[in-house]
Amino acid sequence: MALLTKKDASLILDPLTDNNPITIQVLGICSALAITAELEASIVMAISVIFVMGVGNVVISLMRDIIPSKIRIIVQLIVVATLVIIVDQVLKAFAYELSKTLGAFIGLIITNCIIMGRFEAFALANGPWKSFLDGIGNALGYGVILILVGFFRELLGSGTLLGYPVLGDPIMKTGLYATGYENNGFMIIPPAALIVVGIIIWVQRSRNPALVEEN
Amino acid sequence: MGVDTDKNSYTVIFAAVMVVVVGSILAFLASSLLPNIKENERFAKQQNILYAMGVNENGDDAGSVNFIPTDRVGGEFTNYIKEQLVIEGDKITQSEEAYLIDLKKQLANKKKGEPYQLPLFIGEKNNKNFYIIPMYGKGLWDAIWGYIALDETMTVQGVYFDHKGETAGLGANIKMRYFMDDFTGESILDGTKYEGIAVAKGNNDPLNKDKEDNEVDALAGATITGNGVAVMIKESVNLYKDYLETIRVN
Repeated sequence: MALLTKKDASLILDPLTDNNPITIQVLGICSALAITAELEASIVMAISVIFVMGVGNVVISLMRDIIPSKIRIIVQLIVVATLVIIVDQVLKAFAYELSKTLGAFIGLIITNCIIMGRFEAFALANGPWKSFLDGIGNALGYGVILILVGFFRELLGSGTLLGYPVLGDPIMKTGLYATGYENNGFMIIPPAALIVVGIIIWVQRSRNPALVEEN
Repeated sequence: MGVDTDKNSYTVIFAAVMVVVVGSILAFLASSLLPNIKENERFAKQQNILYAMGVNENGDDAGSVNFIPTDRVGGEFTNYIKEQLVIEGDKITQSEEAYLIDLKKQLANKKKGEPYQLPLFIGEKNNKNFYIIPMYGKGLWDAIWGYIALDETMTVQGVYFDHKGETAGLGANIKMRYFMDDFTGESILDGTKYEGIAVAKGNNDPLNKDKEDNEVDALAGATITGNGVAVMIKESVNLYKDYLETIRVN
């Protein structure tokens, strides 16, 4: 027997492609702009969001019958904030260096609209297992785009990947820089992320015309 | 379920219970993890102070920052740091735990016009003295801090910078080795004035060969964080000026 039914698998796979939270739903753009100047930060953010969304969706789903609808947004916010604080405190106690790397992202995770969006649109109406898959799927879809953008911005903007120089030394003019190649300083500032995301959207839509809206 | 979740009374009770539950979970977690967190912070301070005076596990390549591991840092700290001073006005005392003084609080006291304490560490390595000053300032988004190690000629022997929330890939790069290493060899003096070290754009010295210019090359895309570092160094060395004058040799 397959581990996941076809419907379950689509909960994970759809957000990776044709229902991607960033490129199709245009959510989570703020953090996609803010932290993708380097690949490492993109990966750390992606992993953090996978955890928070997976667990958060399950918690909200378990509570869905008892949450008063009038204050559901506040309840969702408290759940995200609590999860993020728990992760932060546990890391501070047992993985201090990692917690310092994550420090800057804490606020960004709490305000990530994809998380609130999935709580509101999915977890409040579905069971814990489906909600878990939906959370993981959407966080993966978000993470894939973040990592792609981080990859191109770090490579073209700084000539490095995960901090390692892959194109040579820009000051000593070695490697690719010996041919006159220069890093593109524009890539490390946030507007460049919009352009990279734009190009990804363009590629995605030209590969699948069904995604293009009719006028 | 038989409960009407739309009733006002239910909403109020739910909110109250939720606050109590969440508050209790977080309070329990915070208090049970506090000893570990405090210990980690203590190790980190010791690692940062030692890092500034060049006691670290960095390789020769200008790669990543490698501290003395936490299991050895306590011992190494006692080995290398010979004196921990607390400067309070004209009074200088020694304290074994001066490194635990929270500079942020002391600077807030200074601002309010209340008495304040400034910690300073004297380290010794290869028969050479290092005077290590803690620093605290503002970056673009939040606090930045660090340590600067000087010798008697007021030449920088090493620095360590850290930050709370600077932008990853931009301002956050102040804690990268290629930026911190540039400060070594620079003088904080311009003549006899405590000028600090400017983080300068377009100084035509990207390899930082000129060590007489009180300048290091700036980080691309991090102007405000870089300026914050320069201001932090200048303000910090001026705070310690009276003491530094007593040890300065030229």
